[in-house]
Amino acid sequence: MDILIPVITLGAMGLFFGIGLALAAKKFCVASDPRLEAVYGKLPGANCGACGMPGCMGFAEGLIEGRCTLERCSVSTEDTLKAIAGILGIELKTKIKAAAVLHCYGGSVRAKDKGAYRGIHDCIHANLIMQGQKLCAYGCIGFGTCAQACPFNAIIMNAEDLPVVKEDACTACGKCVAVCPKKLFSLIPKHHKVYVACSSHDSGKDTKATCSVGCIACRLCEKACPFDAIHVIDNLATIDYNKCTSCKKCVAVCPVKIIKTRD
Amino acid sequence: MDVSKILAIAISMIFINNFILSKFLGLCPFLGVSKETKPAVSMGLAVIFVMTCSSIITWALYRFILLPFHIEYLRTITFILVIAAFVQLIEMVIRKYSMPLYRALGIYLPLITTNCAVLGVTILNVDNFFVAGKAIKGSFFYSSFQAFFAGVGFLLALFLMSGIRERLQLLDIPEHAKGIPIAFVIASLMSLSFMGFMGFKF
Repeated sequence: MDILIPVITLGAMGLFFGIGLALAAKKFCVASDPRLEAVYGKLPGANCGACGMPGCMGFAEGLIEGRCTLERCSVSTEDTLKAIAGILGIELKTKIKAAAVLHCYGGSVRAKDKGAYRGIHDCIHANLIMQGQKLCAYGCIGFGTCAQACPFNAIIMNAEDLPVVKEDACTACGKCVAVCPKKLFSLIPKHHKVYVACSSHDSGKDTKATCSVGCIACRLCEKACPFDAIHVIDNLATIDYNKCTSCKKCVAVCPVKIIKTRD
Repeated sequence: MDVSKILAIAISMIFINNFILSKFLGLCPFLGVSKETKPAVSMGLAVIFVMTCSSIITWALYRFILLPFHIEYLRTITFILVIAAFVQLIEMVIRKYSMPLYRALGIYLPLITTNCAVLGVTILNVDNFFVAGKAIKGSFFYSSFQAFFAGVGFLLALFLMSGIRERLQLLDIPEHAKGIPIAFVIASLMSLSFMGFMGFKF
């Protein structure tokens, strides 16, 4: 009989607290914000992280709490963002659409190889072995790691082993910028039409020896630019997009044709 | 119940028998939540609140259920049951009625549920203020005050530690000692200095 008292006491207490907590949970339940689900449903759900939040759910929470702005989602279309702005009752600022560009035009035809590569068909792996098979240490390796990394199929490899960005499909999520071992991609606002398709910081003579379309640092573009927007920095023409007006004067004068226009 | 005894309890609990630095209870939040002053103080306040309330409940439980049935040996499991259920309830109530308070304290409440310092103070209460199976005179108030001041001591230790660790961020600490190692060294030095209070007798 002695065993019964503690067993019953403890059991009764457990039951009492269990039922009490269950009732309390019902009485004190807090409904979560219904807007959260609605906003999350509208977001692309790619969890690309371009907005700087941990995934689309984090971004939705941030939006509702007012911690982040809607424009930071570079993936959603204008209409989707408008719909979300409607749910949240906030105004959508016009956002600057950007797209990735490749700062290299070497490829298999114009950039020379230093030897045959027979390893894993992947830029990151190839880059580990003597910085890839290209003579130019800065140029595109051409195994399409960026095309595989793109969650929106906006990058395709062309016949010359160069990635081509489909501007309509590009959402400026920045995955290719991060994955390229040579750091050849950058996100440039779509209204800027001019970009430099070379990343070589070698001197003009060395560049010429490795690739027929490398920047030779001749500074003709610098002289041609009426807006002081392009400068040869460290043997490479570099555009200041705060000043560039896409007048395309530099495109015309470039002797090696590496200053390119989009579209 | 007289004031001098309460004062003695206060000094004993805050300095001489400080729960963290002399009794080494509740070390997990001491190292875990002491990186910045603000959360450390919030945590300390939450601990004071939970300690005081749970000591009131456990005192009643011990006096009116465990003692009459002669099942004092079940105190550990019953106290844990009570404290856990109580903290859960508090969390729900706070979440329902005061979102700002929930933001400030809420995330620390589950941490406190299984905090050994809370159990420690309730066990200490029944050890100190029950003699031969009977509550001494003023036992209830003494145990409530003891729990409250134990919480204050906890807050003090956490506050001091967080202040020191905030300063540490700015110092040039050797690479191998950065973070937890230097925190352990400081915790031991603080503990040594609090041990010095044992020289006083009240």
